[in-house]
Amino acid sequence: MIKRPAFYFDMEACTGCKTCMIACMDKNDLPDGVLFRRVTEYAGGEWMKDNNGAYEQNVFAYYLSVSCNHCENPICVRSCPTTAMHKDENGIVSVDHDKCVGCRYCEWGCPYSAPQYNAKKGKMEKCDFCRDYLEQGKPPACVAACPTRALEFGEYEDLVAKHGASQVVAPLPDPSITYPNLIVSANRNAQPAGSHLGTIQNPEEV
Amino acid sequence: MKKKNSEQPPVQGGFGRRQFLKWSAALGGVTAVSGTGVLYGLRSVESAEPFADKVVWTSCNVNCGSRCALRASVKDGVVTRVETDDTGTDVYGDHQVRACLRGRSMRHRIYAPDRLKYPMKRVGKRGEGKFERISWDEALDGIAQRLGDTIKKHGNESVYLNYGTGNLGAVISKSWPTGSTPVARLMNCLGGYLNQYGTYSDAQIDMALPYTFGKGWVKGNLLSDIVNSKLVVFFGNNPAATRMSGGGLVHDVIEARKKGYARIIVIDPRFTDTATTLADEWIPIHPGTDAALVCGLAYVMITENLVDNDFIKRCTVGYDEASMPDGVPAGNSYKSYILGKGRDGQAKTPEWASKITGIPVRRIVQLAREIGQAEPCYISQGWSVQRQANGENNCRAISMLPILTGNVGVQGGNTGARESGYGIPFAAFPVLENPVKTSISCFTWTDAIERGTEMTAKRDGVRGRDRLQAPIKFIWNYAGNCLVNQHSDSNRTSEILADDSKCETVVVVDNFMTPSARFADYLLPATSNLEEDDFAPQGFASEMGYVVFAEKVIEPLFESRTIYDICAGVAKRLGAGETYTEGRTRAQWVDFVYQQSRQQLPELPPTLKEAFKLGVFKRKNPGLPAVPYKEFRDDPEGHPLKSPSGKLEIFSKQLWDIAHEWELADGDVISGLPEYAPTWEGVADPLKKDFPLQLIGHHYKQRTHSTYGNVDWLKKVAPQELWINPLDAGERGVEHGAKVKVFNDRGVVYTIAKVTPRIMPGVLSLPEGAWFAPGSDGADQGGCVNVLTTLRPSPLAKGNPQHTNLVQVEKA
Repeated sequence: MIKRPAFYFDMEACTGCKTCMIACMDKNDLPDGVLFRRVTEYAGGEWMKDNNGAYEQNVFAYYLSVSCNHCENPICVRSCPTTAMHKDENGIVSVDHDKCVGCRYCEWGCPYSAPQYNAKKGKMEKCDFCRDYLEQGKPPACVAACPTRALEFGEYEDLVAKHGASQVVAPLPDPSITYPNLIVSANRNAQPAGSHLGTIQNPEEV
Repeated sequence: MKKKNSEQPPVQGGFGRRQFLKWSAALGGVTAVSGTGVLYGLRSVESAEPFADKVVWTSCNVNCGSRCALRASVKDGVVTRVETDDTGTDVYGDHQVRACLRGRSMRHRIYAPDRLKYPMKRVGKRGEGKFERISWDEALDGIAQRLGDTIKKHGNESVYLNYGTGNLGAVISKSWPTGSTPVARLMNCLGGYLNQYGTYSDAQIDMALPYTFGKGWVKGNLLSDIVNSKLVVFFGNNPAATRMSGGGLVHDVIEARKKGYARIIVIDPRFTDTATTLADEWIPIHPGTDAALVCGLAYVMITENLVDNDFIKRCTVGYDEASMPDGVPAGNSYKSYILGKGRDGQAKTPEWASKITGIPVRRIVQLAREIGQAEPCYISQGWSVQRQANGENNCRAISMLPILTGNVGVQGGNTGARESGYGIPFAAFPVLENPVKTSISCFTWTDAIERGTEMTAKRDGVRGRDRLQAPIKFIWNYAGNCLVNQHSDSNRTSEILADDSKCETVVVVDNFMTPSARFADYLLPATSNLEEDDFAPQGFASEMGYVVFAEKVIEPLFESRTIYDICAGVAKRLGAGETYTEGRTRAQWVDFVYQQSRQQLPELPPTLKEAFKLGVFKRKNPGLPAVPYKEFRDDPEGHPLKSPSGKLEIFSKQLWDIAHEWELADGDVISGLPEYAPTWEGVADPLKKDFPLQLIGHHYKQRTHSTYGNVDWLKKVAPQELWINPLDAGERGVEHGAKVKVFNDRGVVYTIAKVTPRIMPGVLSLPEGAWFAPGSDGADQGGCVNVLTTLRPSPLAKGNPQHTNLVQVEKA
């Protein structure tokens, strides 16, 4: 039984195709405006014209696919006034709909905006690691979907042993806030966390 | 008896109200699993409602070049979930054919609200989109009558099967190649139809590159071969967007990158998803100037002695004055052209190339040295570089780089063409032979409607005859959106089609109310591939051939019918029923082709039923990545090319002759050498005073061309937007997310701006395939790039130069 489930994300393989998002939407039948997994496009750089009319540039761009990270220090759980948001013994952070009143405190607290408000139900919803799939011995929908194999699921320590420690990249928040169970391998374009050289290119999509 | 249009969804064929409600529920969001307090490994998860009573293998059959496996969960006859290949260990060579986001959204595609439900007939002006419901008998009677009359009055050459790739890859129901479809079989039973050649994807490269390499499709090394390369240079090749399948090419590059040591450079006006993730460097370039870059590179290679003189001497003609074909005046060799000793007297220096391409001189010089010294070097081109007004020369020019450096016919090298795939043998649905031999370029059908009999071989590229015998009077448009949407100049094309005295009948068979469907006289609802048995061979993967078996997942929705049954119905009415069916039903034909395939591939399961259960049949490439032209390279005399000289023709005497014989419009260039040809609406056209920005239309993850263009989920995760550099946006006061007006002499498009440094200044890109949606003022609200593209064909191939456009943009 997994104790500390984690996602591994390989930025060197992610082409921003968003198949993970659609697989998650299909699996969870997500209504409009509710996204458990989101692909953020981050880019920056300058263009300069040279004397010959040609262009020099230092443009960079990359994608990050992030869902709930089932953090070791889940702010959503701490900020939930009803104890609906909880972390179970398998490390999955989830919402008890019998208790949730849809106040959205968890959403505001989470630096990843992982808990999502379902207006139709008046409740919060979020990634539950596809716990039914895990129970059947299958990987989460997003992981099984990834055409470039950029996502992996496993025990945190195993993933670190396999891929090394997580690299901290913009625009993800400082991991010391929540200690996310997300391990990221950066690619050549990656900017360090806290860098303001780039901007999120697709705010309307995430 | 005519039925009136009904606002209620029609109820028939067992598709009752109960199912309809469930379908709504399937789309509306029933959460299948309530997980509160339930832990995997402890006790079973209880579902609020089981979401499936069966899981059926099916496929995604669209024109991305890939082919993907899907597993559809079905509950009470309704698809409730769509997953993908999960078989085996996913080891490369036996890897899972994982569908991209498009295939995964299939549920929202087949159940889209604009699904065509029953046969309809036009009322009102053509293109207005007004229809009345009719019965299948009325539809088939009417079509048969009109088709018979057209053939009698204008001959079989007046009937045209329009290009359509909305159902591609399946064996029976495929819509492309048009000559291999059930519609072609129907027409072949009735005396034939006007043929077409070329494609909207690759007309120019398909036509031009054989003048260098000899007849036939010019192959590339497999992408998996980059594991053996030192340097990889992609000209506009973007597998991360064009061939996104997890069983296909993007996966091949990632796998090869893990194992290999090649540095990857992408040359493209856009910082594509291939460039961001899979490349080490991006070199931006002005659209349509690739040939100029190559000339600049060649100048450095020649003057710095980086060319492979031995290879050139053994395997090519036309490089220098000593190897020119007879009958061509002196000064026309490649070396003379590059060094400024030719007709134009212009040395193609890096400074010259820099001014045209927008690439700094320093980078051109370095790149030439990198390519010249990397052994082996893999150079390939996507098809964007040839979809230009000078596309034929662009693609030939790019192939000069591997030729100059001797990288043709070696492991880890390439021909400069796009990569090949590994395939397995499979039988085809027999369509009989077309008695009519006349053909036109697939891009010139609007001309053939307007000025049919004026179209000639030497001016318009008519083949099989000197001149067309009749204009197009009858169009079959099956699973295609090239009536207005994927053709050029949507406004002008709409005008041509709207005049029903010219083309008298348009029959559209499709799943959805596409922009093309609006121009139908008869509009017939086809089954989606989830509503019929079929199989889809060859998915375009480097190292693995495969077939996806696609069993019928659900019963046909509403009154939709298979294209086979529709054609059989028309054939019967015109007295060709028996010839068409040969006594077989559609299901029997599927089985027939399967059994034929088993003769070529005996490892297949003995019965189709078992194949449907298997889902995907895979076979790893047993050998090394194939190397095209290796035999020729090793022994040019023993294994000559199918070119006039038997060698690689850097200078093509055939093209030189064509250039002198054909009637070309002002500004069109066909040349013996792969020269850089400045072109109309190119980077240096004086028209830039009015329309200063070059517009291209990239392939986009939301759609495969226009297929999936109506799917809500995909529009949400990948909305239509105009890529514009911050410098161009700033000059115009355009902010990210703002509504903008993009326009030229041909039309107006409203869309949303994506202000991003990921596109070069002076260049815009509006992703192709968005559905044309003209408002009351005629301006397009859908973001369809073809409102702005031209109907003027490219010089040699008469193909679509859809990335050659000048436009202006302003805040809306």
